[in-house]
Amino acid sequence: MQFLRAILLRLATTAVTLFGAALIVFVVVRVVPGNPIAMMLPPNATEDDVARLRALYGLDKSIMEQFVIWLGGVVQGDFGTSISLRRPVAELVLGRLPATLELSILALILAVALGGAMALLGTRWRGRRTEAAVDVANGVGMSVPDFLWGLLLILLFGVLWPLFHISGRVSPQLDLPFSTNFYLFESLLRLRFDITADLLAHMFMPSVALALPLAAIIGQLLKQSLKETMGLDYVTLARTKGYGETRVILREALRNAVLPTLTLVGVQFTFLIGGTVIIERLFSYEGLGNMAIDAVINRDLPLIQGIVIVFAALFTAVNLVVDLTYAALNPRLRHA
Amino acid sequence: MRDGRGQIRRRAGLRLWLSGGWLALVLFGAVFAPWVAPQDPLMQDLFTSRLPPFWMEGAEPGYWLGTDNLGRDVLSRILHGARIALIVAVSAGAATCLIGATLGLIAGYFRGMADIVISRLVDIWMAFPPVLFAILLIAVLGTGLTSIIVAIVVIDWTRFARVVRAEAMNQGAMDYVASAQVAGYSRLRTMLVEILPNVLPTIGALLTLEMGISVIVEAILSFVNLSIPTDDPTWGGMIAEGRQAIHQSWWVLVFPLVTLFLTVLSFSQLGEGLKDRFDPVLR
Repeated sequence: MQFLRAILLRLATTAVTLFGAALIVFVVVRVVPGNPIAMMLPPNATEDDVARLRALYGLDKSIMEQFVIWLGGVVQGDFGTSISLRRPVAELVLGRLPATLELSILALILAVALGGAMALLGTRWRGRRTEAAVDVANGVGMSVPDFLWGLLLILLFGVLWPLFHISGRVSPQLDLPFSTNFYLFESLLRLRFDITADLLAHMFMPSVALALPLAAIIGQLLKQSLKETMGLDYVTLARTKGYGETRVILREALRNAVLPTLTLVGVQFTFLIGGTVIIERLFSYEGLGNMAIDAVINRDLPLIQGIVIVFAALFTAVNLVVDLTYAALNPRLRHA
Repeated sequence: MRDGRGQIRRRAGLRLWLSGGWLALVLFGAVFAPWVAPQDPLMQDLFTSRLPPFWMEGAEPGYWLGTDNLGRDVLSRILHGARIALIVAVSAGAATCLIGATLGLIAGYFRGMADIVISRLVDIWMAFPPVLFAILLIAVLGTGLTSIIVAIVVIDWTRFARVVRAEAMNQGAMDYVASAQVAGYSRLRTMLVEILPNVLPTIGALLTLEMGISVIVEAILSFVNLSIPTDDPTWGGMIAEGRQAIHQSWWVLVFPLVTLFLTVLSFSQLGEGLKDRFDPVLR
């Protein structure tokens, strides 16, 4: 019962957060200087044309009125029409979202794998050179943001040793037999591994750039809690049973050490998704973030709003899922 | 493990020296740029365009790190670019710290209504992708140095608020705070005289970290061409130009990138090092 109430409370705060985010974006976007309507019309347009177009996009009403109308639409899945691309915002955003999701999830998988490996290495050979090396690598990984990693990777694998593509999502000459925009996922389902390889050659650098800072954080925190767990009685008991050190870490300690890392990964994953904005720009990857920057440059108010709200919904959803998973995994919280 | 403490101390010392040394060098370059820069950073000369750095064939003396495709000296531009980088780092870092830490301290120590409002605001802020938020703010405020600083403060105050709030909550539950209350200190005085000094090491580490982040944010904004509207060289602007010419003249990208990399790394390592040195628990 208490568990249920906690979930309901959590859902209510999520709704408040989303509403606040929507309101702030709406107001900020409307004080943007530069008239998007003027940019759409030919130079010889009359005052009447401008007024008509403003009315068409609802820009002649007060900000609060516009907000209520927009919110009413959003609840029904109508995000308005993009001013620069003249297509429904919902359609544009949904078209790009899969690209960003695939990139973020690939980066998350890389980060967990790399960070987990670092933590296990550092724990297995703790107090030795290996652990010191892991510490230094984690320190550097954490202090350097994704944008810089992206540039360094471009130098390394784009110029010095050109192994991967430095721009785009997929080679344009490829014929894509897909019915959704989840190219990577669908290429795997349809067993078109040639396309998978091409996609991965494009996604490698952006996803590694996004993954490195998170991998370092996971590596450090997981190593810390693994080392604490290794000192507990039940681990010593496992050792006295004659289990090897590696097996003790993997089979006994890991399960208990992973919980604090999980919460952190949730928050950090939202930072990673936020990082896609500039990383997509850097690698000309056709995702949501890249479109967002164009939308700001073009003063495309409905599109900016739509994209920001989708990001905000994504972030709050990730946090919600992490909280619920944590509650489900942690018996102390479940029965509290 | 026997000499564990000594080992840690020594490493922290080396880290402090290396990061502090690099930042001192950048500061020196920024302050004395007009005197130490070998060339005018804005001077274009098509006869000296795309000169390679000094160790390569075809290099010209006086252009140590080569020139870009307009013939501007890379080293001189990096030195002058350090000015904007450091101005942004110091002013945005300090302002963000002041606002974020104050709100965090109030929320964490006074709790109640103030905490609810501030925490809810932090939640809302965390729902925005920071880079997108920054670009949006620059679109609203217009380009320019002040806009960049304001944008950084508006985006990043939550980093201080979150951490300082948690820390102030921890400190507020301790016995020494209760004794200060018993001794008749007002709540405000307790916060400033008892809590604040104990939160300072954390704030200090966050401050240097934030300075590094500010440099990056400026570089990112320059990269999408939304930083400062003048011709003044910035590291991010150089990187954006270098990215375009990467196959013809890699040095235009590499040198500003390495400078930015070392500066950001130094800021965060300096913070960690100082925290280790001044944290009474570790000492």
